Amino acid sequence: MTTEAPEKKAEPKKEESFLGVFLHNLWSANTVVVTILSILLALVIGAVLIVVSDSDVLATFSYFTARPSDALTASWDLISHAYADLFKGAIFDPAAVQAWFSGSGDWKTVFNPLSETLTYAAPLVFTGLAVALAFRGGLFNIGAQGQAVIGCVTAGVAGFAIGLPPVLHLIVALLFGVIGGALWGFVPGLLKARTGAHEVITTIMLNYTATLFLGWLILQSGVQDPNRTDAVSKTIDSTAGLPALPAPLRVHLGIVLAVLATAGVAWLINRSSFGFELRAVGVNPPAAKTAGMSVARTYIMLMVVAGGLAGLGGAVQVLGTADRLTGQVAGNIGFDGLLVALLGRNKPWGVLFAAMLYGGLRAGGNLMQVDVGVSLELVTVLQALIVIFIAAPALVKSIFQLRDARTARLGASMAKGW
Amino acid sequence: MRGITKRFGDLVANDHIDITVEPGEVHALLGENGAGKSTLMNQLYGLLQPDEGEILVDGEKKVFRSPRDAIAAGIGMVHQHFMLVPVFTVAENIALGAEETRGGPLGWLDRRRNRRDVLETSKRYGLPVDPDALVENLPVGAQQRVEIVKALTREVDLLILDEPTAVLTPQETDELLAVMRSLAETGKSIVFITHKLREVKAIADRITVIRRGRTVGTATPDTSEDELAALMVGRDVSLEVSKTPADPGREVLKVSGLVVDDDRGVRAVDGVDLVVRSGEVLGIAGVQGNGQTELVEAIMGLREIRAGAVELEDKSLAGRTTKQVLRAGVGYVPEDRSLDGVVKDFTVAENLVLDMYDRAPFGNGFALNPKAIDESARERVTQFDIRTSSPQSTVGTLSGGNQQKVVVAREMSRPLKLLIAAQPTRGVDVGSIEFIHNQIIHERDVGTAVLVVSSELDEVVGLADRIAVMYRGRILAVVAPDMPREEIGLLMAGVVTQAEDTE
Repeated sequence: MTTEAPEKKAEPKKEESFLGVFLHNLWSANTVVVTILSILLALVIGAVLIVVSDSDVLATFSYFTARPSDALTASWDLISHAYADLFKGAIFDPAAVQAWFSGSGDWKTVFNPLSETLTYAAPLVFTGLAVALAFRGGLFNIGAQGQAVIGCVTAGVAGFAIGLPPVLHLIVALLFGVIGGALWGFVPGLLKARTGAHEVITTIMLNYTATLFLGWLILQSGVQDPNRTDAVSKTIDSTAGLPALPAPLRVHLGIVLAVLATAGVAWLINRSSFGFELRAVGVNPPAAKTAGMSVARTYIMLMVVAGGLAGLGGAVQVLGTADRLTGQVAGNIGFDGLLVALLGRNKPWGVLFAAMLYGGLRAGGNLMQVDVGVSLELVTVLQALIVIFIAAPALVKSIFQLRDARTARLGASMAKGW
Repeated sequence: MRGITKRFGDLVANDHIDITVEPGEVHALLGENGAGKSTLMNQLYGLLQPDEGEILVDGEKKVFRSPRDAIAAGIGMVHQHFMLVPVFTVAENIALGAEETRGGPLGWLDRRRNRRDVLETSKRYGLPVDPDALVENLPVGAQQRVEIVKALTREVDLLILDEPTAVLTPQETDELLAVMRSLAETGKSIVFITHKLREVKAIADRITVIRRGRTVGTATPDTSEDELAALMVGRDVSLEVSKTPADPGREVLKVSGLVVDDDRGVRAVDGVDLVVRSGEVLGIAGVQGNGQTELVEAIMGLREIRAGAVELEDKSLAGRTTKQVLRAGVGYVPEDRSLDGVVKDFTVAENLVLDMYDRAPFGNGFALNPKAIDESARERVTQFDIRTSSPQSTVGTLSGGNQQKVVVAREMSRPLKLLIAAQPTRGVDVGSIEFIHNQIIHERDVGTAVLVVSSELDEVVGLADRIAVMYRGRILAVVAPDMPREEIGLLMAGVVTQAEDTE
């Protein structure tokens, strides 16, 4: 909504009518409004959960009728503290800024929250794009997780097993990640195109395969760290690491790659011949086939590209953040990528912003846990709630009594065959 | 119905329409696609509620909140798209929604009684149906009878038939018209929604013409077809396709001994031979489902060829991909527009380059050239009179006729050797039909070989220079378009008389 503000100033004469239009747009259920309101609703429910899960605050409710102010103040303090921490941990902490200006702090502390947010966001951008791109082509790529894991494995192995000069080594390792993920995408793509096997089933199975493969691989000699007995691989050579800002800041070149990848995918979808094919195949395969496109080839290519993106996400994770392979190296980035794609409405730039939001929630959640003792799981709940509300726009619309922007059109299409 | 008004947003679908149906009358509701005929009847049947106006049944004001209310008031409707469950038997489908049970609402279904009811109704009105047949195994004509019987078992007085003849053969249509006539004689009223003038004249007692949501006139069956068409469209239209005699040249498409299977693996095209010459229109007449679809798809490389040959100017098309066939100079207007012809979520401009997006000047196989696509779209929109607010509107917002014009414009805007048009005017309004027919004839006149497939006999007769009649996967005969319509109709039903010259 902030984007509309300058326009309002530019045309003061039309203030009223513009305001009218503005309000109408606000209360018509467009996707931006629904997204914002979903986040808002999730925060409201999250607030309730914070209160319910804190036994001290809950105790004040036992004498609510006698002294309601106790309960209300305690709840308000807790909620405001928790959400303030969420903000401070994700974006910036005013106290740190003040300290920097007065000379008692340094810039690293100021930028640390943002750095954390971007660090968490970077791999999610890639996996989110992998899901979103496939979805635009009509495929539900549940396999971003597996593709990312394989990306981690190939990039990680290339990172410590091959000796190469600095920049070249990094590029090779990233490429290995892309190729690994692409291969993991190619298999379900081929199966779908040739045998019609449903990509949801095959990609889920390949997720397990990838995770178990990773678990096996890091225990093999030559991969496992010789100085350790647990399941940890050798450390990646510094020549293959993604350049990062000085410690303690963790943000690395991966976020720049993520923005570039977003721009690339946006171009691919909207401006390239392949994008035209995949969009046509995505919404109407018979028409695409009739117009001479090869649906099978498009499916395969699409899964290869999507897998490559997820693989790159895995590579960024291992080369930028993790610096060695462990069983949990990929975390949940593939599955979170699904939610990020959904939140970003399968649009590349939307995915970028959604990944930032997820990264921010995660980074802020860490601080919230440390500071007020609200479990990090609350963040997961918030993320899930946001997605649930977005997936059920009718619910959000009815809660906020939104006018449906498209009711009229929908009504018209109901009366088919006049 | 008095002063019925229905709005969808800004669009007024029905604007103060008055209509009265007398007992024992066949009342035809005539209008183009999108004129508001179905909307009006959906209100009478309780599927939609009018914004203004009232519905009176036998002088009594009624409010129908759902079809259940309408049925209770004696109104039944047979929809354009049948509302039957394919895997249920005829009797089960008829019982659906009014199941007879024994032992309370959770009791057993009384199948025997329900079956007896079906047989009784079917006998009473002379509508033969087999109560035990599965609906999915029935031809469309029989399915429609099931729908009618279903409405009649609900003891209705007024039956609404929404575009009932769209899917029928000429013979089936005649049968249906006879059924309608006999129903009217037993005192039932019938509202017959259609845009086919011939049928209206054949059956209706009174005709109400609707255009753009308003009643523009009432007419009697004596009114000439041209006058009715002018009322429907709002201007004079020529129903005849005006064309000069063909000047056939070399053989462009040669199909010999073609055998093709359908999706279920059943033989659909069984040894078809045909030749289309440059500068002529070969029409394929036939009831839908006799292999025309599969024949065309095989030529286009969309379906595997089991045996036989397809040659375009002496080069075999067998085994080529659809893209290669299109590139070889074949234009293709597919029969199912919304499924195969256009991508509804794409803009008009994008749909206009759907099969040329990777060719100069629109792209190079790697990147698109939005400027060229946009410029060409503007030209086509003007040239082919596509009524759209902008080339950037999505095709789904256009009317059927304009969607079809997008397909026609796309296929005709590159040099062609052969144009294949399957059901080129299905679901298209009268005004656009005229335009599309003229475009097809124009294509013929510049020397393209044209193959027109249509289940509308009028269309084939109007366009074609030679007519091949297809029945059960074979070409029964190739005849001249001036052959009596009845004889072609008989051929379409598979009846071969002696004097046909099988080519």
